Amino acid sequence: MEERSSSTRSSEQRDEMEMEKVLEKTVKKRSKEEEEEEEEIFNFNDKGTEKEEEEKQEEDLSDSEDSVFSGLEDSGSDSAEDEEDEEGGSDHKGAEKEDDEDRKIQIEEVEEEEEKMGAVTEEKEDEYKQDSSDEEDIRNTVGNIPMEWYKDFPHIGYNLDGKKIYKPIRNKDELDEFLDKMEDPNYWRTVHDKQTGSDIVLSDEQVALVNRLQRGQFGDVNFNEYQPQVEFFSNDVMLHPVTNRPADKRSFIPSLVEKEKVSKMVHAIKMGWIKPRRTEDASRGRYYDLWANEDSSILAKHKMHLPAPKVPLPGHQESYNPPPEYLFTDEERALWEQQDASDRKLPFVPMKFSSLRQVPAFPRFLHERFERCLDLYLCPRQRKMRVNVNPEDLIPKLPKPKDLQPFPTTQSLVYRGHSGLVRSISVSPSGQWLASGSDDGSVRFWEVRSARCMRTVQVGGAVKSIAWNPNPLVCLLAVAQDSVVLILSPPLADRQVVLSTEQLLSGQREAESTEEAGLVTWSDVEGEELSQGIRLKIQHPKAVHQVTWHAKGDYLASVMPDHSSHLQVFIHQVSRRRSQNPFRKNKGLVQCVSFHPVRPYFFVGTQRSVRIYNLVKQEMTKKLQANSKWISSMAVHPGGDHVICGSYDCRLSWFDLDLSTKPYKMLRHHKKAVRAVAYHRLYPLFASASDDGSVIVCHGTVYSDLLQNPLIVPVKVLRGHVITHDLGVLDVTFHPTQPWIFSSGADATIRLFT
Amino acid sequence: MGGIQKKKYERGSVTNYITRNKARRKLQLSLPDFRRLCILKGIYPHEPKHKKKVNKGSTAPRTFYLLKDIRFLLHEPIVGKFREYKVFVRKLKKAYGKTEWSAVERLKENKPAYKLDHIVKERYPSFIDALRDIDDALCMGFLFSTFARTGKCHVQTIQLCRRLTVEWMNYVIASRSLRKVFISIKGIYYQAEVMGQLITWLVPYQFSHDHPTDVDYRVMATFTELYTTLLGFINFRLYHSLNLLYPPKLDIKAESELKEEDDEDYAMNSESYLEKLSALSTSLARVVSTEEEEEAALDKFPDEEEDLKKMEAREMEQKQQEAQKKLFEGLKIFLNREVPRESLAFLIRCFGGEVSWDKSVCIGSAYEVTDETITHQIVDRPNIDKQYINRYYIQPQWVFDCVNAKILLPVEDYFLGVTLPPHLSPFVEEKEGDYVPPEKLKIMALQLGEKPAQEEEEEEEEEEEDDSEEEEEEEEDEEVDEKTLKKMEEQRSQGKSLPVKVTAGKVKVDNPARLEQEEKAEEKRLAIMMMKKKEKYLYDKIMFGKKRTIRETNKLTAKRKAHDDAEKSKKKKTRK
Repeated sequence: MEERSSSTRSSEQRDEMEMEKVLEKTVKKRSKEEEEEEEEIFNFNDKGTEKEEEEKQEEDLSDSEDSVFSGLEDSGSDSAEDEEDEEGGSDHKGAEKEDDEDRKIQIEEVEEEEEKMGAVTEEKEDEYKQDSSDEEDIRNTVGNIPMEWYKDFPHIGYNLDGKKIYKPIRNKDELDEFLDKMEDPNYWRTVHDKQTGSDIVLSDEQVALVNRLQRGQFGDVNFNEYQPQVEFFSNDVMLHPVTNRPADKRSFIPSLVEKEKVSKMVHAIKMGWIKPRRTEDASRGRYYDLWANEDSSILAKHKMHLPAPKVPLPGHQESYNPPPEYLFTDEERALWEQQDASDRKLPFVPMKFSSLRQVPAFPRFLHERFERCLDLYLCPRQRKMRVNVNPEDLIPKLPKPKDLQPFPTTQSLVYRGHSGLVRSISVSPSGQWLASGSDDGSVRFWEVRSARCMRTVQVGGAVKSIAWNPNPLVCLLAVAQDSVVLILSPPLADRQVVLSTEQLLSGQREAESTEEAGLVTWSDVEGEELSQGIRLKIQHPKAVHQVTWHAKGDYLASVMPDHSSHLQVFIHQVSRRRSQNPFRKNKGLVQCVSFHPVRPYFFVGTQRSVRIYNLVKQEMTKKLQANSKWISSMAVHPGGDHVICGSYDCRLSWFDLDLSTKPYKMLRHHKKAVRAVAYHRLYPLFASASDDGSVIVCHGTVYSDLLQNPLIVPVKVLRGHVITHDLGVLDVTFHPTQPWIFSSGADATIRLFT
Repeated sequence: MGGIQKKKYERGSVTNYITRNKARRKLQLSLPDFRRLCILKGIYPHEPKHKKKVNKGSTAPRTFYLLKDIRFLLHEPIVGKFREYKVFVRKLKKAYGKTEWSAVERLKENKPAYKLDHIVKERYPSFIDALRDIDDALCMGFLFSTFARTGKCHVQTIQLCRRLTVEWMNYVIASRSLRKVFISIKGIYYQAEVMGQLITWLVPYQFSHDHPTDVDYRVMATFTELYTTLLGFINFRLYHSLNLLYPPKLDIKAESELKEEDDEDYAMNSESYLEKLSALSTSLARVVSTEEEEEAALDKFPDEEEDLKKMEAREMEQKQQEAQKKLFEGLKIFLNREVPRESLAFLIRCFGGEVSWDKSVCIGSAYEVTDETITHQIVDRPNIDKQYINRYYIQPQWVFDCVNAKILLPVEDYFLGVTLPPHLSPFVEEKEGDYVPPEKLKIMALQLGEKPAQEEEEEEEEEEEDDSEEEEEEEEDEEVDEKTLKKMEEQRSQGKSLPVKVTAGKVKVDNPARLEQEEKAEEKRLAIMMMKKKEKYLYDKIMFGKKRTIRETNKLTAKRKAHDDAEKSKKKKTRK
């Protein structure tokens, strides 16, 4: 750096030397004013070494300075130069003509330099001496180019002689800069010239000029901006017009165009297209007592209007700090998230915050408000009458079961012994014996009071139905097993009865000449079976499902359900060993049959209805519609005027034959299929057994007065049977004299309720 | 036979209904305009009884309006205004297109505008009707006043909403008609009783809204248009019923005080006036300056005994209400800057308390934190550095709970850093069989005058219990041992002596009642079996509902119990 600085210094010194030489020669010719410049030059020379680089700090200034210079060059410098020329021309020619051109040029150059550096101080202007602007500032001949093109060279251009102008040696770093700034009083008026790479200190005048120009004033101090104006036009009417042109015609007549415009506007106003400016409606947004005079006449109009229901008020769940029981557990939360938005009980998840400042904004607030708006104008409104009923009032008032006693209430005996489900049971007319038939292929006889199995008869197949002869004078039992109906006479009666039974069985056997003789065969039993008590076998063409006796005990009906043939029911006469098929046509699948207790009527239960035939007249008297899908069982009231039907669709229908063919009452007490129904012979009771394992005993009083309808009251639900294989109670029957009931179930037991 | 053939769907219920599209065509309105008209006039669709008949045999989903309603709309002057507006928009567009700025200017000056006064009067013929329907209006007003001033709706609307809601709050303060408050996760619910009508409104928390895209702001704006009109008229009437000036003016004294301080801060006078109003700190100017407290004592009518009882009950209630109105009287409360100022100031002023806040929070603070006479300072931060001895530092929930309980609750549960007791909804009225949270029972006991000392004792007891439970457990262990011993002894001595007397006696005492009950139950069961199908259905439904409430109650109690047990065990663990 130092070396470099020294070299710059040397070059500087050389410059100075040159300058001094020149000065010596020109001093004599200089006028007074130029002495100032000399001083400046000296100043410059003194400080030239120190103040070479003021790049950055001066950069912002440099713009304005450039402009200043450009301004100066136009006005001042050229003229000065010219003046100089002139002076030089006049003086030199006179005094020293022998000076060679070389020198002259040099002088000029120096003077230019001076002028450039010191800028223009003289205000003497010689406008007419202006030459071309090309001559300006030609110390560096490179022209108006970006100076950074020379940044890699040691020089910055060429002078008029074609010699290199060397860059000043820069030895100033930040520190020097700073020191300058602090110490040099003229630092603020120092400008860096990029073209020559030298620093220039501006004189007071120059600074003043810069200030003036920056303020937008004239550069010339002496220029008067406010010269008195020469009045050209005035309010005084002159004698002569300015122009001599005569006035237009159109200045005398009204304008047609304007007229058209105006008439258009007038028309528009007339038609109401253009409205005059509306007067500001002051009443808008003003509030007053709207309800000052309420009249009730308007109220009458609004009878149909339903005010919108209010939004339901929030509960504890909505609190920001609810009791802990209202917060969701994990499962509840998962459920809530899974559910569809419309199924949710709460539209939000309850949350707990420990303090008020932690409560965030509710994200669905706007939605809820909007939904409320939609509800208000989109939802149909309806007045809905809420049923405000005390549920207790709906329960019908029935006589108390206590007052309707006797009826079976408790399970007292269980008859165990069968190994298969007990399909059918029957009580002897004396009420002492109970016979039961089971799927294990046996018929058992029980003593009712002791629950002791007195006899077991193996019949060799599942017993479908069993029926004790209702005639107390004989002791006979009909058993349906596959396609055979067995007539048993168990030795469980006194001699009188046995005798009469024998008599009945040993009656005429001649009647084998009937039409259906080929279908049904009667045969006596011999050997071991006889010793078991089996007396007769009636062979049927198909499997028999049910047997039932006439009240007199001589006739026996058997049922063979079949869709396709008319051979579904047979009526047998035991005393004459005769069988007959009463029906010529198939009227549907027969489920069960029953004899009328006193009159010659025969009830046939088909799948959906019960037909009543008069056996004497041989015609159908009535057809009862059970209103159920599939009748399972049927029982006839001992009076003969009422029938109950159980069906597989859980119903029990009570028919009053005097009333109509529709059921008088439908009872849906059971949860599952009704398997059996039964009337008590003496007491006003009936019962139904179902697959749900229960037996329901109802009180059913039948009045002799025809006008009074029967009274039906359920009195007891008896449970005891265990449901096995979805089967509960299969058969139910009352004791002939006592208010007791027997039921047999799929759990291979028979139970007695008393 | 002759005669003209009857056409289908020309008589009967069809003639009473009209579909939405037909109605729209009849009124010659576009769908948005029709919607706006329906909103303003309060016309809603109607669900016909036999939809298929009305729909002319089709089952397509359609909305039906009553024909009478639509005819009623035909004569609405606003419909004309809608059409005018449509024309205005068309003209304006045209003028813009032609760049006729003078025309644009002129058109804008003559922009058609409509008033809703007559609609309000028509929809709410009596003032009470209007009051009854004000809930939604208030909710909407409070919501709109929290909107940002840019975007979604006109600034004027927002400002108007703000003004009206502030006026409403000032009225509630002046009339002291606030009854219940509830901090929910959605916002704060307030319930006031104005002229015998219970009015509930919800104020959202002061946060900016992130405006959802699936909300139609036009619909909401139309509602707001109507609601602001309604609210304005109601406010006017209410202010006059209290002899207050409307538009509200602050008390002259207070106003002058305020002016001195804050005039530099607020450039616009009008703006600062609303600010001062919304500070809720000063009472309002009255038309008649003398303040007459009219204690409308209930006149006693000597009547039958039942009526007398009712009267007494009513009197009691009124007394209670009077007491509630003066709940915070004499308290000097200071709000820290982190608590919601507006709602708390509103509450405290509603119940006669004095309230102030930091000067930098809002205009209108009456005193500084340093005031020695402050009794309560409401703070919502875990702890506070500089505490004065002679005041309570409590959490904001105390104020809300006090209002709901109608008494000043003990402050201990609400101190700084204390786990707050649950905040219960005051709107729930438990019927018989409903679940009642234990906190509510506690408050009810307090209301009845059972001193909180008891509760403390209870707590102590609880603590003691906790202390003693361990011992108890030990004791229990001992007891268990004893029991097993006894059992063993019994087993041994079974052969020898049986405690005949005791068991026999007990059985005899218990059985008859139980038997009777069982019998009755069975009777009922049997009677239910005999019910008719229709009645059975209804009965089943009612019983199902009852069972559901019972189930829910049981579930809540079980949950609570589990929670309490867990808490206790936790406590014990920490103690150990």
